[in-house]
Amino acid sequence: MNTFPHEQVVEHTSETRAVFGFWVYVMSDCVLFASLFAVFAVLRMSTFGGPSGSDIFDLPFVLKETLILLTSSFTCGLGVLAARSGDRRATIFSFVWTFILGAAFVALELSEFAQLLARGEGPQVSAFLSSYFTLVGTHGLHVTLGLIWMLILIVRVVQSGLTRSTTRKLMLLGIFWHFLDIIWIFIFSIVYLIGVV
Amino acid sequence: MKNQREHVSVVPHRSALVGFYLVGFAFSILCTVSAYILVAWHLLPQGVLIATILELALLQCAVQMVCFLHLGLEKHSHLKLLVFGFALLIVAILIAGSLWIMHNLNEHMVMAPSQMELYMRHEGGF
Repeated sequence: MNTFPHEQVVEHTSETRAVFGFWVYVMSDCVLFASLFAVFAVLRMSTFGGPSGSDIFDLPFVLKETLILLTSSFTCGLGVLAARSGDRRATIFSFVWTFILGAAFVALELSEFAQLLARGEGPQVSAFLSSYFTLVGTHGLHVTLGLIWMLILIVRVVQSGLTRSTTRKLMLLGIFWHFLDIIWIFIFSIVYLIGVV
Repeated sequence: MKNQREHVSVVPHRSALVGFYLVGFAFSILCTVSAYILVAWHLLPQGVLIATILELALLQCAVQMVCFLHLGLEKHSHLKLLVFGFALLIVAILIAGSLWIMHNLNEHMVMAPSQMELYMRHEGGF
């Protein structure tokens, strides 16, 4: 086949089929988030006398969260690259860092929720807060499940090395993790930034 | 030869991909911080600001999809792009449709309940 110097030919195997199948799942998850976004967009003004976005959102804090998750998406990408090249050390290093950053993100988000709940500004107060907690909470739940999956795979790599099956699973995790950061871009922009304007 | 072509993809090399990730990462930081600064320092009037933030978000999303998820970089990945396009269509209909319908419904809820009943009796419903 004619290829450019920076390209290589890859055969369609169970790996590419798994990646495509997982991609279809991720697209369906996008539709789920789209419906949560639609609900939030419709109900964002329904504060029922309670607080609005500008009352409760702390922008510097959210910027910190955003940059942490973005960096974890980057380290995750490096980790998948390392796995595909068979570099076990680099894979473990990258994914451990991804896990630490991801866990930090979840911790920050939980502290934000805890603060709101402590002030009595929970999801039961208004339609705006209900949709906010649901949208951001669903994303946080996805991240948490991704972290559990990541932990299991890291342990797998440490114990049994980079087998074909483990590498394939790391690729799927990579797709999942990148997708979560992309959803967060929209949460950051639409919920927090536009919510304050 | 023809059979071989149908069962392979052409993907960028590892060294080229590291470059992609770095560029994607740097660009995403730029978009994020720019959007943040625009809001935090009130640099634009409200209408323009909202449009700009949305554009920055879409731009960052596109960059991350290409650089991190390698969308469109692989040859012979038509099916992947098709699925993505379809999902995008559903998302657009969901969000635009919800906003339109709810806005339309809200417009009809402007009157007090007693006025509403009179209106409905006169006009025969909506």
